[in-house]
Amino acid sequence: MTMSDAVFNIEKDVPADAVVEVRGICKKYGEVEALRNIDLDFPRGKLTTLLGPSGCGKTTLLKIIAGLIEPSAGEVRVNGRPVTGPGPERAFVFQDFALMPWATVMRNVAFGLELKGMGKAERQSIAAKYIAEVGLSGFEDKYPHELSGGMRQRVGLARAFAVNAEVLLLDEPFSAVDEQNRRKFQEDLLRLVEKERKTFIFVTHSIEEAVYVSDRIVLLSRRPGRVSQIIEPKIDRTASPDAIRRDQGYLDTVEEIWQGLKHYVD
Amino acid sequence: MTLFGYRVPMMASLIVWCILWELVGQSGAMFLVPPLSSVLAAAVTMVQTQTWQAAALITLHSFVVGMAFAIVVGVTLGVLMGRFKAVDDLFGIWVNIFVSAPLSALVPVLMILFGMGETTVVVTVFLFAVWIIVLDTRAGIRHVPNSLIEMGRSYGASTFALYSKIVLLAALPEILAGIRLGLVRGVKGVVIGQLLVSIIGYGELFELYSRSFDMENFWALTIILFAAAMLMSAAIEHIEKKVDYYAGVR
Amino acid sequence: MMASTQADTRVNGPARAVHSPAGLSLGLGRLFLRYPILSRVVSLGLFFLAWEIAGRVPISYAFPTFFDTAYAFGTMIADGSLISAYGSTLQPLVIGIAISGVVGIVLGIVMGLSRMAEWLVAPLFIVLQSAPMAALIPLITFVYGIGLAAKTLAVIMLALPVIVLNGYKAVRNANPSLVAMCYSFQGTRLQQITKVIIPDASPVIFAGLRLGLAAGFIGVILAELLITPTGIGDLITYHRSVANYAEMYAAVVSIILVSTVTLAALEAFEVRVLRPEKRRG
Repeated sequence: MTMSDAVFNIEKDVPADAVVEVRGICKKYGEVEALRNIDLDFPRGKLTTLLGPSGCGKTTLLKIIAGLIEPSAGEVRVNGRPVTGPGPERAFVFQDFALMPWATVMRNVAFGLELKGMGKAERQSIAAKYIAEVGLSGFEDKYPHELSGGMRQRVGLARAFAVNAEVLLLDEPFSAVDEQNRRKFQEDLLRLVEKERKTFIFVTHSIEEAVYVSDRIVLLSRRPGRVSQIIEPKIDRTASPDAIRRDQGYLDTVEEIWQGLKHYVD
Repeated sequence: MTLFGYRVPMMASLIVWCILWELVGQSGAMFLVPPLSSVLAAAVTMVQTQTWQAAALITLHSFVVGMAFAIVVGVTLGVLMGRFKAVDDLFGIWVNIFVSAPLSALVPVLMILFGMGETTVVVTVFLFAVWIIVLDTRAGIRHVPNSLIEMGRSYGASTFALYSKIVLLAALPEILAGIRLGLVRGVKGVVIGQLLVSIIGYGELFELYSRSFDMENFWALTIILFAAAMLMSAAIEHIEKKVDYYAGVR
Repeated sequence: MMASTQADTRVNGPARAVHSPAGLSLGLGRLFLRYPILSRVVSLGLFFLAWEIAGRVPISYAFPTFFDTAYAFGTMIADGSLISAYGSTLQPLVIGIAISGVVGIVLGIVMGLSRMAEWLVAPLFIVLQSAPMAALIPLITFVYGIGLAAKTLAVIMLALPVIVLNGYKAVRNANPSLVAMCYSFQGTRLQQITKVIIPDASPVIFAGLRLGLAAGFIGVILAELLITPTGIGDLITYHRSVANYAEMYAAVVSIILVSTVTLAALEAFEVRVLRPEKRRG
């Protein structure tokens, strides 16, 4: 296995402070084996991406971490406590946005707090803060169908931020967003990662996206999904977005991952 | 539903309802409801009688003729409405009025126009069934992707070939769904028509048995009718499933 | 225009939508809104013209002209016979729909949420929905005579199955992504049902009520023609028996008109209030 200068393999060493620990996770759907024996640690305050070809089970793994799907074997621990279902320390951002069409942006963003039984005034002031944070001020009273795809996913992101979870789980959040909005959104996401100091677990099938936003990239192999490689892109995040996209380290990492994944593509 | 690890088919619960019917009937609590067993016995005897066979034949005949007209007219009008805006503008409003209008109110008009006979029943079946076929066919035609039609044109298909080999086949799932819903409505139409005309076919028998409080034969008649309606609907659904596979990939 | 055409085809479009009774749901009011006023006027005008000509020919001794019918309609409103007939027809309809609505929606929701209830009750209503329930109307007289109760029961018999089945399908097919969303934010089962499943199902449940009303119109007219000579059904029967064909036609047209306007209004309400995502503009 050859490694470029910008990339080094850390498969062996375990980060000191892991928020989410995945231990021996297997998932079978009847005869089909989706995930085989996954061991992973997700370090606190970092953005880790699960990347792999379609059908590698990356979304399944994310939903197991979220507690939305039960694993066939193994366990997930968050802050040392085993996961038995969804919990307040994790918040999920859905690929199809999962916005309630009958509710305004405000109610959608505040929904997680509404479910917790928080009073209206309090939850709306929290929601308003995050609506502003994702750049949707002025759209509080709009309905989801009045927003573009990119704006809808910003609502989904604000809803996840509003419940103040430590870990944010993002399931291909930009896959239904067009290319230009996607780039803008990625830049905003990086800004929010910086600002919110939370742990992000991000699923995508776009190599460029993964390299652009991630601190760590976990490459999964094709079905049955296994961890094939962990990559930490060495990119200067203080540079401007345009500079990053032209950074040699960025380009080399993209190429490196493509070489690794190429043989999975028919 | 699963019971002790076995999958119990949905329709199996009908057996529970049949047993309940039998028990209520045996108890004699309601004179309107004789035990299911005696109703079934009555049905077996009834189907062997000349009267029933004649009534069933006449009913079936009205139904088939009415449905045949409804399908031919419904599909043709649906295709025209789907392809030509002028036709759509002209008929759209009427199709949409009649598809949900209380057509039972029209039957007395039909009775004075077409007489107290089979023609009235045939027209009733037609009127009950045709509108939903038009609407679904129209929706199916609208659903045919333009690229498929352009493909046909670019390969030099004649207008006839275009419609018979591409448009109608591509719209087949919706057309069949429309025909199935039309059949269900047609059965309601034939019953309502005959009940109101009340001197022919099944309607005459219903009238006869309910007047003479012959509940066993009345329910026997109903059960056969319900069973026939269900079987027909299931048969069409079966055909529908065979073409449904391409509804998703057009 | 493009977008609305697309939405329209999707409503009646895919085979799966057509299968459900809700497939019809957005036919009427939508088409009224969509067809431009001019083509509506032309379409109505041509129909009335054809009617007038057919009446003048005449194609049958029992076929009055359009103007005769319109005149008869006017006199029937003026002398109050039409109004009082509607009083007697609409009362059982409203009561019947109210009862079917409450019972049907509750039953439908329970069936959608519980596998056991679904197994036990759904097949019964599937049979009742596709079977010609009208055949049972003559039986009603034996128990409920020919009064209000008999007509109400006729309405319930025809309206209940479609209301139940729509409620059931709407709840069973509630958007799984929204249900998962609610679960992921630790919503309780009760919150899931009241805050996500029922709001998500409400447009289809309402469409079921509307289809139930359409079936109820058929039921009440049928009861009036068959077993209880009152209301509009009686007007039709009476004017037919004394050969007042214009009055008879006016009564028939009026009931079709009343049901169409009511259903279109309900549908406009449905599109405007219950489906913000389908509202235009």
